[in-house]
Amino acid sequence: MTTPIAPQGWPQRLLWLGIAITGAAAAGGIALNRGESINAIWFIVAAVCTYLIGYRFYSAWVAARVLMLDETRATPAERLADGRDYVPTNRWVVFGHHFAAIAGPGPLIGPTLAAQFGYLPGTLWILVGSVLAGCVQDMVILFCSMRRDGRSLGQMARDELGPVGGFAALLATFLIMIILIAVLGLVVVNAMKHSPWATSTVAATIPIAVFIGLYMRYLRPGRVLEGSLLGVVLLLLSVGAGGWVDQQPGLREWFNHPGLPLAFAVIGYGLLAAILPVWLLLAPRDYLSTFMKLGTVILLAVAIVILQPEIKMPALTQFIDGTGPIFAGSLFPFVFITIACGAISGFHSLISSGTTPKLLENERDIRMVGYGGMALESFVAIMALIAACVLEPGVYFAINSPAGIVGATPEAAVATISSWGFPVTVEQMNQLAATMGEATLFARTGGAPSLAVGMASIFASAFGEHLLAMWYHFAIMFEAVFILTTLDAGTRVGRFMLQDMLGNFSPRLGQTSWYPSVVLTSSLVVAGWGYFLYIGVIDPNGGVNILWPLFGISNQLLAAIALTVATSILIKTGRVKSLWVTALPLCWLLILTTTAVYEKISSADPRIGFFAAANDLQHKLDAGLLAPEKAAVAPQLIFNQQLDAWLAMLFVVLLYLVVGDMLRMAWRRQRGLPILSSSETPYVARQHLQVRQE
Amino acid sequence: MKPFIKKCWALLRQLSGDDAYERYLRHQARAHPGEEPLDRKSFFQREQERKWNGVKRCC
Repeated sequence: MTTPIAPQGWPQRLLWLGIAITGAAAAGGIALNRGESINAIWFIVAAVCTYLIGYRFYSAWVAARVLMLDETRATPAERLADGRDYVPTNRWVVFGHHFAAIAGPGPLIGPTLAAQFGYLPGTLWILVGSVLAGCVQDMVILFCSMRRDGRSLGQMARDELGPVGGFAALLATFLIMIILIAVLGLVVVNAMKHSPWATSTVAATIPIAVFIGLYMRYLRPGRVLEGSLLGVVLLLLSVGAGGWVDQQPGLREWFNHPGLPLAFAVIGYGLLAAILPVWLLLAPRDYLSTFMKLGTVILLAVAIVILQPEIKMPALTQFIDGTGPIFAGSLFPFVFITIACGAISGFHSLISSGTTPKLLENERDIRMVGYGGMALESFVAIMALIAACVLEPGVYFAINSPAGIVGATPEAAVATISSWGFPVTVEQMNQLAATMGEATLFARTGGAPSLAVGMASIFASAFGEHLLAMWYHFAIMFEAVFILTTLDAGTRVGRFMLQDMLGNFSPRLGQTSWYPSVVLTSSLVVAGWGYFLYIGVIDPNGGVNILWPLFGISNQLLAAIALTVATSILIKTGRVKSLWVTALPLCWLLILTTTAVYEKISSADPRIGFFAAANDLQHKLDAGLLAPEKAAVAPQLIFNQQLDAWLAMLFVVLLYLVVGDMLRMAWRRQRGLPILSSSETPYVARQHLQVRQE
Repeated sequence: MKPFIKKCWALLRQLSGDDAYERYLRHQARAHPGEEPLDRKSFFQREQERKWNGVKRCC
């Protein structure tokens, strides 16, 4: 039986009423609290109750009334079972695979950056966005793909809308991949900058992954748990070893580098990882990162519940007006752009239309895997937000503000930040850096160091105060491991897409196993993100200010494309009455991305508008106001700002092409004109109605 | 208590892919009886190649 939409019986009803009241009280307490400090546990309570209510009622309603899930219908995993791609799998296992695939560094970094607006906007958007938009997107796309033999989003766009929609979806996905990898690379570079401990630990993860790769291929083939456990132990040892390296006067200089050489190292690593065989680096790294990720997320949740830290950030800061130091732009639309993953993430639609639909044993599992998986990811985002907000606001801004905004010297930085009403002193920052085992924590932009400081202070208070520096570098290693995994995997996916596109012109280039094509296309993809990474590193305002909003816009845009495809499918399959389930989130995303792109292009503020920034820099260059080293890179920065503007416009054009295609289809259907018929696979009854491997 | 722990262990093995070879042997025996199954090493090598050709991770 599917879950009834309304609870049956009084004990059930009272239980859900209790959850609703508790959640509402916690959320209300957070929202209305002014002046007094508030405990992080209320965020956890509000979040858990929101997800429970959303899951129990909204997802049950969508499953029963909109998607009309049919437990008697055979899933592709049953119909096409081949023991490889299509395998009927226990729902908990599918849930685990799906969650591990969708949860990346995005929900950790976005909320950390968005904390500059205060704790309230981020929290509300994460909760409301996930329950009404993000979870729905993941669930509906999973449903659509499952009813189409597990076809990808690009294929569904082509089948349902036509070649234009299909091409736009493919190109948007490719561009997002490039921007995503660049911004993640920048985060890692900023975390390693002039930190021998962090750099040596992150470097050590590469030979460790290679060793585990060899171990699982030759020494003990296929012993995944054993190999991963060994790898995790080695990773933990590498954190300690990094501390030792940091103490050695000669050795530490080997790992003490400014941003630019580190960026080139990351680019070189990305190219290497893309052309080496997967079993040597990518696969073992992914096993390790999955274990680290799940372990750390659970540990963080336990620590927050045990410790119950106080939130130090105010509910709202003055930066909602758009003058924020971490990234410029007003609350609307930029909080919704900055927090993409954790509220709604278009990238998930690629996973929901990838491996997951081919594993589902029963249609009803869609609810748990699609809706539930995203709810859990959203919970990770809430924890990242808590980790940022337990820091003293002055410390938070000192770590995350680029030197170009607050001043290059520690004295200038603390003076600027204190003048905003967030008191902080040089001694306090030096003391903090010393306990974390870092030379300095000023202007460590990108979110990773500030998240690591937040996590380290939570872990250390819960599990042992004397290990702060260890916890800090553990957190950095944890973030770096799965950022580098995304970088490897993303470069590889980008390469496949590029080969797919080039295959239309030269069949030879389209062969994924032809080595010259592999090297050529991998190099092109790496050059693409490497360029944005390079510009991000040389940008005096910190590349995060440019790259993160661009990434957020592109991710929301992919979500909008996914929702457009989903909406077209709902129209075609006669679900017009409940269209708003996907159409309302779609409208919201259209408003968001269009406003954000409009501001990024037309704003006169050089920190927001791309063209304004280019013109501003050009004037300064012409007037000879720039120092020689800045004047040398200015032409590149000017070109890049213009490129970003055109890229943002291209994103919007792609989006409106897809939306236009959908509207054209809806109009034709309304007028009774012929349209592409729905590509849903016909009904086949399940063979074993009662069998459920539990 | 014991069956519960056993079940959790089985889930963990399936989740991580630790039991992939055993599952493969069962599938081969059921679907293609008479065919000689791959040995552990070649099975794992083939699987890894295949598993990584597609979107596996996101942000």
